[in-house]
Amino acid sequence: MWHQVFALIVKELLAVLKDRKSRLVLIGPPLIQLMVFGYAATFDLDHVPIAVYDEDLSAESRDLVARFTGSPVFEPKAFLRSARDIDQLIDQRKVAMVLSVDRRFTRDLLLHRPARVQLIVDGRNSNTALLVLGYANSIITDFSLSWVKGHGGRAPPAVLEMRARYNPTLSSQWFIVPGIVAVLTQVVVLLVIGLSVAREREAGTFDQLLVTPMRQIDILLGKGLPGLLIGGIEASVIILAAILWFSVPLRGGLLPLYFGLFLFVAAVTGIGLMISSLAVTQQQALLGAFLFMVPSITLSDFATPIANMPSLIQDLTQINPMRHFLAVVRGVFLEGATVPSLAPHYWPMAAVAAASLFAAGWLFRRRVY
Amino acid sequence: MRDSLGRLRGLLRKEFLQIRRDPSAIAVAFLLPAFLLLIFGFGVSLDAHDVPVGVVVDHPDALAASFTGKLANSPYFQPRSFAAMAEAEKALASHEVTAIVWLRDDFTRRALSGGEAPVGVIVNGTDANSARIVEGYVQQAWANWLQAEASERGAPPPLPVAVTQTVRFNPAVSSRDYLIPGLIAMIMTLTGALLTALVIAREWERGTMEALMVTRATIREILLAKLLPYFLLGMGGMAASVIMAATVFDVPFHGSLAVLSATSALFLLAALGMGLLISSVARNQFVAGQIAIITTFLPAFILSGFIFDIGSMPAPVRFITHVVAARYFVAILQTVFLAGDVWAVILPNALALAAMAAIFLGIARLSARKRLD
Repeated sequence: MWHQVFALIVKELLAVLKDRKSRLVLIGPPLIQLMVFGYAATFDLDHVPIAVYDEDLSAESRDLVARFTGSPVFEPKAFLRSARDIDQLIDQRKVAMVLSVDRRFTRDLLLHRPARVQLIVDGRNSNTALLVLGYANSIITDFSLSWVKGHGGRAPPAVLEMRARYNPTLSSQWFIVPGIVAVLTQVVVLLVIGLSVAREREAGTFDQLLVTPMRQIDILLGKGLPGLLIGGIEASVIILAAILWFSVPLRGGLLPLYFGLFLFVAAVTGIGLMISSLAVTQQQALLGAFLFMVPSITLSDFATPIANMPSLIQDLTQINPMRHFLAVVRGVFLEGATVPSLAPHYWPMAAVAAASLFAAGWLFRRRVY
Repeated sequence: MRDSLGRLRGLLRKEFLQIRRDPSAIAVAFLLPAFLLLIFGFGVSLDAHDVPVGVVVDHPDALAASFTGKLANSPYFQPRSFAAMAEAEKALASHEVTAIVWLRDDFTRRALSGGEAPVGVIVNGTDANSARIVEGYVQQAWANWLQAEASERGAPPPLPVAVTQTVRFNPAVSSRDYLIPGLIAMIMTLTGALLTALVIAREWERGTMEALMVTRATIREILLAKLLPYFLLGMGGMAASVIMAATVFDVPFHGSLAVLSATSALFLLAALGMGLLISSVARNQFVAGQIAIITTFLPAFILSGFIFDIGSMPAPVRFITHVVAARYFVAILQTVFLAGDVWAVILPNALALAAMAAIFLGIARLSARKRLD
């Protein structure tokens, strides 16, 4: 029995790897995407173009403006002479923020009246807008504190001491690169599995497979193990690149990571086989692959937090293997998570894997045309 | 010319019949956008609210209570009290709280004598973006507390600079309003590629391409007949997405429909052209499907400026984003929806889309020559 399964595995691997184009698609793009996305997917702001409209032009206002121009986060593009240009610069996306200092800024400061500063930001990207406002406010707060101190004022009763656990510099790369491990692994497994049954159905060879002495479980193993194999190898390469190239710290052990990887790839394989055996044509299988892949990535904590979703959708994400594998990868990499602490993420993946593999095996026979 | 029109009509009829026979193309055009927009529209948000924050007060008194009161009043936080730091740290490690605010036992003494009593703020930095936003909210609560505390004692404001914030085009800073126009671009990228990625490969695989070649139809007519029906389907899907965005999600629409339709048509031509190119390069559906999965969704998701700001990417990556058609469409849609017809944004991006459409369709035309090998 085993040599039959083995023969099917060899045949499946050949089907994927024999074609030069298919081989290229499997090896080249995931590695290129890891490199490009590893640098592209960042929420860290850097050289945000701003314009300054300083109506006061005093020593105080210059000190405030200098704190902005000296910051690596901001890059002044224009110093405005009138308020007329503000809207236009923002509308045309020439700058992301305009810092406008009131003309009574210094007078108000000296009179202990609120000295006015206006921040105008482009809200078309609200995340950037929020982060820009956050940086700008903390620069202005620093200015306020040091001005009060320099003018004999009373020190503020309390100051904040910010620290971040697991990721002290709050680098988004440490957050995103482990996420890319999960995303690309899923894409590769879907590439290998997603169309495999549908292709044989369309070509008519699947019927031939069904009349061989192979049992459903044998076909399932023969179709599924190549995905597990290629997915595992590809994931290992990406994990190595994350550690060696992107220098993301691997604080936990390999056992919790690979146990999670095994369950995740098994779950994606099961879903891929299920889609593939439900489809009659490859076109439908491709549609199914997208219908699974896109929501599973967007509703997974990869780029946008699950915590911000409505509670109904939060519950729904429990059946998303990607969500749990992301928690495993990030937990092991950054937080040094262990097998027991990750148990709540292991069992949903195991459940999805079992259910989808069973359904796929069942569909093999039931869906004959 | 008349022959050509007649042939084109025949080919078009064949394509429409094929679409009707396997309705998955209609599902791609209408169901996929509606389904994805619903899921994303409700699911994707960058707005943090009710963030669970652990509060540890070593020595509870009135001043400490006034500080933690400011946290409790903020709509962004859901404070949870812990008796000791060790417990709070445990909750932070298990993701039960996102951040800890710690007032040490000398908080009140130092605040009332020399000032500058340190308030510990410890965030879980794993999700760096959320961590930074939470830090910003804590800072806001702290500034509010400082002002309130000073005005209670009649002291001069501790933070003399008063900041007014104006967020243009999106005063509520709602991430949904900016994400949904971007999502439409994302979804149309998928639709466009999915619709056409397999159509020519399928003809090659089934051998019907050779049958088409022996007819008098030119390759241009064959491609045109492949493009037109899917273009119409795609525009229908686009219209459905825009209507959903405006009605279900209440995203404001400040631009004009004419600009939206024209730029959508350009984008769709580029997306369909890319699908056709994939299809005629791959020549078999399996490989065409693989290329479509690899080249459409993730690049459009990550490199289009839809979620990640292109301006913050390193220069080589910024350069690469120029080959992603979604990038131009995201910029156009965000502007047309939230700002209006700002020509300085629309024109260059529309030109780029036109160029990409021309290039993709041109290469597809060249690589789909009538030849067998």
